[in-house]
Amino acid sequence: MEQDITLNKEGQGLAFLKPLVAKFTPKFQKGDLVPWLKKSGITLLSILLFLGLWHMGSKALYNIEANYKIEKALTEQGQVAADAERDCIASGESSCQPNTLPSPTQVWASLQTLIADHKVINADKAAFNQKMAATNAKLVAKGKNAIVYTGRASFVDIVLTSIKTVFAGFLLALLIAVPIGVVIGLSPSLRSAFNWFIQIFKPVSPVVWYLLVFMIVKTLYIGDSSDNAFVISFISVGLCAMWATLVNTAMGVSSVDKDYINVAKVLKLGTFQKIFKVILPSSLPLIFTGLRITLSVAWMVLIAIELLAQSQGLGLFVWEEFQNGANDSNAKIIVAMFVIGIIGFLLDRIMLSVQNMVSFNKNEGV
Amino acid sequence: MAYLELNNVYKSYGEGDNRTDVLSNINLSIEEGEFVAIVGFTGSGKTTLVNLINGLLKPTSGEVLFKGEPVVDTSHERGVIFQNYSLLPWLTVGQNVYMAVKEAFPKEKKAFLMKRVKDYVGMVSLTPAINKRPKELSGGMRQRVAVARALAMNPEMIIMDEPLGALDALTRGNLQDEILNIWSQDKRTALLITNDVDEGIYMADRIIPLKPGPNATLGPEFKIDIERPRDKTAMNDNPNFKKTRNAIIEYLMDIGEARKSVSNEIYELPDIAPKSFVA
Repeated sequence: MEQDITLNKEGQGLAFLKPLVAKFTPKFQKGDLVPWLKKSGITLLSILLFLGLWHMGSKALYNIEANYKIEKALTEQGQVAADAERDCIASGESSCQPNTLPSPTQVWASLQTLIADHKVINADKAAFNQKMAATNAKLVAKGKNAIVYTGRASFVDIVLTSIKTVFAGFLLALLIAVPIGVVIGLSPSLRSAFNWFIQIFKPVSPVVWYLLVFMIVKTLYIGDSSDNAFVISFISVGLCAMWATLVNTAMGVSSVDKDYINVAKVLKLGTFQKIFKVILPSSLPLIFTGLRITLSVAWMVLIAIELLAQSQGLGLFVWEEFQNGANDSNAKIIVAMFVIGIIGFLLDRIMLSVQNMVSFNKNEGV
Repeated sequence: MAYLELNNVYKSYGEGDNRTDVLSNINLSIEEGEFVAIVGFTGSGKTTLVNLINGLLKPTSGEVLFKGEPVVDTSHERGVIFQNYSLLPWLTVGQNVYMAVKEAFPKEKKAFLMKRVKDYVGMVSLTPAINKRPKELSGGMRQRVAVARALAMNPEMIIMDEPLGALDALTRGNLQDEILNIWSQDKRTALLITNDVDEGIYMADRIIPLKPGPNATLGPEFKIDIERPRDKTAMNDNPNFKKTRNAIIEYLMDIGEARKSVSNEIYELPDIAPKSFVA
C-alpha cells in the first residue's frame, strides 16, 4: 500500500475545532437521551435554584432597607412622612427606591438598557461620521487629522476595550516570558542568576505594577497629550501575568527528557535545530499550561488595573457605576460581573483547547 | 588495526567520596563487518559502555578509537538504537525517520530524503503506519521505527543497546530476524548489548560477557561457530550451540556467585524475647 508521508503538522491546524463541532452536532443514539436529559436537567435546575436564591436574597435585602427608610421617616418626621415614604416606595418611583443588591429581573432589565444604549450610541456615531465625512475628507486631503467621534463609549465598546487590553497584555507577556523562560531553562547558571529576580517580582501586587508602569510611561509620554491609559494598562496586565509563563517555560525547557536530548546528540542536530525541533516541542505542554494561567491572571488583574489607569474598560465601568449611585447602577455592576465571568470562562476554554492540541503524553515515545 | 578499539577504558561518575567506578580496564576490539554481542547483568554498566562508544560520554581514562581516530563526539557513522526507543512523541513515524535522514544527508534533495524514509519504513514493514504517532504503535512497532531511524542514516556501524529488552518473546524473535536480515545485506559492523545469552548466540559472531559493576570489566570472549543463516529451532539441537551456551551461562553464574560471596558478613541478631505483660 503506497501512502504519502505528511511532514507538516497534519491534522493539527484546526483539529481543536473538532470537539467543538462535535459538541454542536450531537449524534444521538438510542439510550443517549435519558442521560443527556439528566445531565442538562441538573444543570438547568441548578441555574433555576441559583436565580431563585438570588431573587429571594435580594427581596429580603430590599425589604430590610425599605423598612429602615420608613422607620426613619416615622421617627424623624412623623406618621405623615412615613406614609408618604411607603407610598413612594410602593409606587416604584426611582427617587426613593432602596439601593441594594438588585434582583435578577432588574439585572436583566439593565442588560436590555445597556444594549439599547449601545444601539443609540452606534446610531449617533454613524450620524456623526456621515455628517463629518465631507469635512474629514477635506482635512485628510490637507494632511490634517480627521475629526473622530469622541462621545461616551457604549457597553459593547467597553467590553471590547477590555478584551483588547487583555490580549495586548497577554501578547506582551508571551513575547517577554517565553524567550526569557527558554533562555533561563537552557542555562543553569542564568537560571540561578535570574532566580532572585523572579522570586522578588512574582508576588508583587497588580496595583504596584500599575504604579511602576505609570511612573515609566508617564515620563516616556511627557509632552504628549494623547491618552496613554491603554498603554499603561496593557503593559501592567502583561507584567503582572507573565510570571506563570516564565516559570513554567523555564521548568519545561530545563526538564526535557534526557532520552530526547540523547537523540538530538546522536542525530547531531545543530543548536537551533535542537532547540526548535526537540526542546521546544517537548516543553510545549508546560509552556501552554503557563500561558493558560497567564491569560486567566491577566483577565483577573485587568479589572483592577483599568480602574486605576482610567482606561475605558470594564474595570472603570464597574467603578464609575459604583460612584454614580444611580438607581440601576447596582444592576449594571452585576451585569458587568457576569460579562467578566463569562468572558473569563470563554478565554480559559480557548486556552484549554489550544493546550490539549499541543500536549502529548510524556511516555508516548518510550 | 581494528575497526573499533577500546584501550584500558575507565569510567567513573562523581568526584571524591561520591565517586563510583562503573567500568574499569575495558579492552575490546571489533573488526569491520563483525557482529559482536556484549552480555551482562542489569546494572553492570552496559549502557555506560554503549554511550562511551557512541560518543555521548567520554572515558575517565583510556581511549576509544573508531577507525583509528579517537571518539570525541557522536557521529553519523555510528548509528544508535536506544534501549527505550526514544522516538519523539510529537512527530509521526515518517517525521521521526525524516529528521534523522535530513541530518545524515543535508545536501540531498527532499525527494531523495522522502524516498529514503519510505524505503526504510517499508523495510521494517511499517508503511501503513507511516503517518501515525508513536503512541498509536505497539512496543514492537516503536522499536522497528527506532531501527529504521538508525539504519536510514546509513551508519557504518550499528550500536544496539538492549534493543529488544522490553518486548515479548515472539516479537523479539521476529525483530532479531529482521535485524540480522538487514545486517547480512550489507554486512555493517554491529555491536549488540543484551542481557539474553540466547539472543547473543543467535545473532552474534562473538560474545563477550561484562562482569557486573562496580568496576565492571569484560570477561573472556566466546566465539560462536555456527553457520549463518542460523535457524532458531534447529540451533537448539546444535552441539556447538549447547556447548557455547552452557559455557557462557556457567561463566555468568560463577561471577554472579562471586559477587554474592563478596558480602558474607555475618550479622548478629540481638537476643530479645517478647516481654510478658500478664505477670
